[in-house]
Amino acid sequence: MYPKELKYTEQHEWVKVEGNQATVGITHFAQDQLGAIVGVGLPDEGTTISKGEALADLDSMKTADQIIMPVSGEIVKVNMTLETQPELLNDDPYGEGWVVVIEMADSDEINELMSADEYKDHVAKEAGA
Amino acid sequence: MTMPLIFEKSKQGRKAYSLPKSDIPGKETTELLPDWAIRKKPAFLPEVSEVDLIRHYTELSHRNFGVDQGFYPLGSCTMKYNPKINEDVAALPGFNNIHPYQPEELVQGALELMYKLGRDLCEISGMYEASLQPAAGAHGELTGLMLIKAYHESLGEGEKRTKVIVPDSAHGTNPASAALCGYEVVEVKSDERGGVDLTSLREVVSEDVAALMLTNPNTLGLFDENAVEIADIVHSAGGLLYYDGANMNAIMGIVRPGDMGFDVLHYNLHKTFSTPHGGGGPGSGAIAVKEILAPFLPVPVVKKDGELYTLDYDRPDSIGRVKGFYGNFNVLVKAFAYIRSLGAKGLREAAETAVLNANYVMRKLQGRYHLSYDRDCKHEFVIDASYQLKHGVNTNDIAKALLDLGFHAPTVYFPLIIREAMMIEPTETESKETLDAFIGAMLKIAELSESSPETLQEAPHNTVVGRLDDVTAARRPILRWTPPEG
Repeated sequence: MYPKELKYTEQHEWVKVEGNQATVGITHFAQDQLGAIVGVGLPDEGTTISKGEALADLDSMKTADQIIMPVSGEIVKVNMTLETQPELLNDDPYGEGWVVVIEMADSDEINELMSADEYKDHVAKEAGA
Repeated sequence: MTMPLIFEKSKQGRKAYSLPKSDIPGKETTELLPDWAIRKKPAFLPEVSEVDLIRHYTELSHRNFGVDQGFYPLGSCTMKYNPKINEDVAALPGFNNIHPYQPEELVQGALELMYKLGRDLCEISGMYEASLQPAAGAHGELTGLMLIKAYHESLGEGEKRTKVIVPDSAHGTNPASAALCGYEVVEVKSDERGGVDLTSLREVVSEDVAALMLTNPNTLGLFDENAVEIADIVHSAGGLLYYDGANMNAIMGIVRPGDMGFDVLHYNLHKTFSTPHGGGGPGSGAIAVKEILAPFLPVPVVKKDGELYTLDYDRPDSIGRVKGFYGNFNVLVKAFAYIRSLGAKGLREAAETAVLNANYVMRKLQGRYHLSYDRDCKHEFVIDASYQLKHGVNTNDIAKALLDLGFHAPTVYFPLIIREAMMIEPTETESKETLDAFIGAMLKIAELSESSPETLQEAPHNTVVGRLDDVTAARRPILRWTPPEG
């Protein structure tokens, strides 16, 4: 449920690092908590967003939420398919449901993210709360 | 069982009207309109007889559910019963047949009503002057924030004060209104009692704060006893205090936002003062302010000059109009009828009974439903489905099962800070018998969640249509009917 090769945030984003680029999506836990996602507000390519700021808006049947930038940088690719098929976020959160690719401004920020094991503990704590 | 649309009942040539023969000579449309403005194919409009038309809409109306039919415990929104005297008063020809362009001396009654309603709203809230223009709650919020902005600008601090603080238990419209007014929204968390966390608040309050917006009682139905201290913290940094009056139903006649230190509030006349709500409204988000904000109020403001009521446009610091004419006037008439028919004592009694009813239902459900905050509530309370989740039954299933038992569902999945939330507001008009029947239905559902969870997961069973595929409806909505080809 939480692939080893990915890094994770407290707000339930996953990050896949390749060179200076980071692909970002939401975790299995996040999509499960949100329930059926029915709409996505995506950023434009070329936008620069700082770590901790909102990256995208999500509408689910239960609630509205935001995806938060896990690392600072420029948005170089956006998964536009999500606009017409938001269900990909629920059905395949680590694959077809990827959200953006970021050209990182400071790749050291990766070190502040959680490993799969750390994230598993984090989720267990939240689910128990 | 679904029913055909009026379009599907259409048969060419049927009519629900008959017009007398025209006594002026007819003209072809081609003589009157340019070619591009003329439709090439006739519009597809339904053609039905009068009786079929009446039956169609009467049948549709039977499928509605409203507060005139049954219990409607939607929290966060005070869906109270609207006494019919309000409708009688609003239908008086003197109110109904006037025109906004009529000269002031011919609409003295209407102006007097607006003046007196404004004064009443100031008295109930502890404020100085009111504007009846905003058309709904969020519009009132925006107007209030615009006044706050104008105030800071008048002190030369407009550029410096860029932030508005909103607690996480506020109404969802609060951060939206602040953002629309150009402010950066700063959220503060709730403490373990469900109030604003004062330590976090102190950390974010500084010279760049324009205002704090508080909903009190908040969306957990809890009164923040620290309201005065919150006001002091914000005021001491030069910020102003905005009070979201959506939950006034719990406090009217008991405490006043003005006395708590707030500088501006909006009312939802369509909530607290029983003017119809939902189904198109229209609403009214009248605002009332302290003296420091009064110069900036939208123009015109109704003024009393001796025996004469006039519209005062001579307010040079005004932010200008926020709505055409004078607000949703007929809604104002209904609110005034409600306030004056209850009187000061009656309003207080309404608030007390609303709070009593909510606490009664809450304590009866406690034990079978998880109470998110175990404190006496105000006019509404929040429970969640954490006990039922263990059996695979969630809040949505409970809400659907209530429909089978003849009740409207409460607000669900709100507030967002509680997982699987149900927010219940019985209001003051419900009898003990109605409350007991609702409690009975909720306890029955709690029992079913253990003995027969699948019954709940498949609910509703007794409604016109069963469980709807709301996910597909949201993802791929079909927004209009298209006639079959041919």
